[in-house]
Amino acid sequence: MTAVPTIAPRPLDARLIWVVAVVLSLALWLWGRTLLPMTFDYPKAWQIPAARWIGAAITWLVKDASLGSLAFSDITRAFAALVDKPYQLALGLLANGVQQQAGGVMVQYVPPISWIAIIGIMALLGLWAGGARLALLMAACFSFIAVFGQWHSAMVTLASILVAVPLGVAGGMFFGILAWRYPRFERALRPVLDLMQTMPVFAYLVPVLILFGFGPTAAVIATLIYATPPMTRITTLALSRVPDEAHDLARMTGCTPRQTLWRVLIPSAREPLMVGVNQVIMLSLNMVIIASMIGAGGLGFDVLGALRRLDFGAGLEAGLAIVALAIALDRLSQAVAHRGTAMARQGSLIQRHPYIASALALIAVTAIIGLLIPAVQTYPLSARLSTSPFWAAAVQWINITFFDTLEAVKTFFLVWLLVPVKRFLLDLPWLAVVALLGIAGWRLGGWRLALLTSGLSFLIAATGQWEKAMITVYLCGISTLIAMAIGLPIGILVATRDRLWTVTRVVIDTAQTLPSFVYLMPIVMLFRVGDFTAMIAVVAYAIAPAIRYTVLGLQSVDPRLIEAGRAMGCTRWQILTRIRLRLALPEILLGLNQTIMFALSMLVITALVGTRDLGQDVYIALTKANPGNGLVAGLAIAFIAIIADRLLSASARRARARLGLEGHS
Amino acid sequence: MRLTLSLAAILCATTAIAQDSTDPIKLTLHDWTGQLITTQLMGEVLRKGGYNVEYVQADYLAQFAGLETGDLHVAMEIWETTGREAMDAATATGSVEVFGPTGMQAKEEWWYPIYMKEKCPGLPNWEALKEPACAEAFSTPETAPKGRYLGGPVTWGGFDEERIEALDLPFEVIHAGTDAALFAELESAYQRQAPVLLWIYAPHWAPAKYEGEWVDFPTYDEACYTDPAWGGNPDLAYDCGKPFGDIWKVGWSGVKDKWPGAHKAISAFSIDNDAMGAMITEVDLNGKTVEAVVADWIAANEPTWSGWVAK
Repeated sequence: MTAVPTIAPRPLDARLIWVVAVVLSLALWLWGRTLLPMTFDYPKAWQIPAARWIGAAITWLVKDASLGSLAFSDITRAFAALVDKPYQLALGLLANGVQQQAGGVMVQYVPPISWIAIIGIMALLGLWAGGARLALLMAACFSFIAVFGQWHSAMVTLASILVAVPLGVAGGMFFGILAWRYPRFERALRPVLDLMQTMPVFAYLVPVLILFGFGPTAAVIATLIYATPPMTRITTLALSRVPDEAHDLARMTGCTPRQTLWRVLIPSAREPLMVGVNQVIMLSLNMVIIASMIGAGGLGFDVLGALRRLDFGAGLEAGLAIVALAIALDRLSQAVAHRGTAMARQGSLIQRHPYIASALALIAVTAIIGLLIPAVQTYPLSARLSTSPFWAAAVQWINITFFDTLEAVKTFFLVWLLVPVKRFLLDLPWLAVVALLGIAGWRLGGWRLALLTSGLSFLIAATGQWEKAMITVYLCGISTLIAMAIGLPIGILVATRDRLWTVTRVVIDTAQTLPSFVYLMPIVMLFRVGDFTAMIAVVAYAIAPAIRYTVLGLQSVDPRLIEAGRAMGCTRWQILTRIRLRLALPEILLGLNQTIMFALSMLVITALVGTRDLGQDVYIALTKANPGNGLVAGLAIAFIAIIADRLLSASARRARARLGLEGHS
Repeated sequence: MRLTLSLAAILCATTAIAQDSTDPIKLTLHDWTGQLITTQLMGEVLRKGGYNVEYVQADYLAQFAGLETGDLHVAMEIWETTGREAMDAATATGSVEVFGPTGMQAKEEWWYPIYMKEKCPGLPNWEALKEPACAEAFSTPETAPKGRYLGGPVTWGGFDEERIEALDLPFEVIHAGTDAALFAELESAYQRQAPVLLWIYAPHWAPAKYEGEWVDFPTYDEACYTDPAWGGNPDLAYDCGKPFGDIWKVGWSGVKDKWPGAHKAISAFSIDNDAMGAMITEVDLNGKTVEAVVADWIAANEPTWSGWVAK
């Protein structure tokens, strides 16, 4: 957490200021529309032409910027070429083999690794890292992909994930460690992280395409921008929460700073770090759809194509293949983290490396048999399963049977919740909102925070985006509240029940990695286009961090404290509310923060079902190839996120200070 | 005889290669069937002509960034009606060139399923929509008593709000965010035989799958969009239907120098709506693969395409 100096005003003054501010805002709201219309609609003449400036800056960066004689775009292209090398290698091994076109005829020199061999290798990896059960899971996940005919697309996607995830984890840890070492760097980094995570990908897609070229590498880079921030955040948090004893131990045993970090701190922060790795994998897989729009192909392309045909079953199968990849990779990475270092084996080369040896043998054997029996090389068409007709029938049945009921539910929510909140927010004078945000910032974190919150919100108004921003706040706010209201109780319920948590984890991993497109279109069929459909999609996506971080927080509470509570005769309710929830507060607030971020990042997707918020602006800017407008709307979304994040962290800090929880962090 | 012919074809192919670069020509694939067919037709014809071809999956609008830098080479379907703005912006840079029309015409108009004729007997004449009872039949709780018209994504333009005002129709426009959402609503309504009035375009599988009709608006004329005096409403423009438009072939302007023969072939490519509509139906409704349908067309239409790649 950053240490913004807290200049707490005397409580009486503060309360008075609040009362005055609220009364003034209320008066402005009631009578200002006629007296001071400019406090409701920001005057056009004073608007800052930020879109034009940013557009010009992008054009300059792309076309004219240079370091000496080297053009900026040459440098980025060279970087793209560097990333392309491992990608081509992975793609060749997994999907395409070695092939070349000559005179319009494709010649296959070497086939890719056969599907049987890849399933076998995955099982071996599982066996090595986590034993027979994991081996079975890995084999099941990859068999699922083969059986449902997604093999080639899945391998293309896997190739780009195999390149993006290590880069994201390494980069995320690097910046996370720097941020933990140098608090000043952390303060500079935080807004950048917020921007990276909340700026809709569509907003920077056009510049990324121009700088890095059209194709899989641009997709990998866009994925990195989006998927790295959680790793950085969690690295910093995890390192700063390592108990003092570990530091003392390192000091006593005479570790150098580097040894302290790598030998003591990172191993003791392994569990939370793996949550970060998990997030990088999940978010990378989340980008699969958008990546496919800029030439990555793979499963994302299949999902988009299937939904254009309204073939929900095919879309769901491709989507579930993404989930299968996610679950396999996630469980594998977690098992690797928990695996202790094994004893070195004795004997011949093969005896010392039994796993590598059997993997190589498997590749060689299946390749040779594959030459004779093609089904061994490529999964046979005739053995593919398809559930398309079933899903089409299921959606039709729900549609015909329940449409009227669902319509009634939707109308209830719209009339009693969505529309009133939207009206209220749209009705507020921007001046009052800016002022109230400023006062809240000042009370919670001093004048610096006040300057930040009021400044950013003023910029949103001054760039002429107030109305769209309020619609954004309305949609995300309601969705976040609903996601937390569902997610917190579930998190509390499953945190202490291992088996239930395993099941829940599968469900939320699915919710987070299943491309929202897959369920967006059936939801449109049942609820028509509009805000309610968008809200359901946002909640379905944003609920994952709400549950995940709650569980993480509750599980990392020191069991001795709970034991102590029990010894002192606390009831279960008291243990929950007084001890566990309180101690888990930092993680729960991080979860809330992430829920808001996730909700905001869904805005571009919900623009596809006809919402009229900032996400729609970004989408329109993309379709008109107008990077200026897109980035300005994207920045406005990011500003909303930053304001929410800062106010939340500041209030969390105050709460912890009041509870006496503020330790070394 | 056949042998000499194929020998001649091989010779032709080798001469083509001698002049043209052997680098693969990158054609972009989007996410709708018609475009996949058009692109793979072109690609297979180019392969027959001895060119190396690569298909790249790309977004309809995001691809222009790639076409400008020469990372991508050819986009086979840019619709006058939806892609004009991006296309103009790209050609203005000088790095993108229009290779001429594909021969297909994009039709876009208000469309309703045939069962709605019972509730609104005056259709397809647009004036039937002016009847309050008719508008009511198309309404939902949010729009009642006005009718609900589901328009395309905001980015498609289309001037439907203006059309409603100019023709004084008791309707409200709701914008779908994507065309997938558009057709999801149609599918939903069609299953329940529920009212729906929406923006449909062709060539597309929807008019083949669902039985319905286009609303008959006063025929589009250029003056209708620019001159308020034109048409039934003397004070407002847009008092007519939507325009028809070409579907264009667009590409990197370097194609001409790098693969002059391919440039000629791409410019010559032409196919009409009916042929395309039949192929789309084969794929989307009869479950054939795009590759199979393309191969069938290539086999059946050799005289047509051999002229495109000929010297």
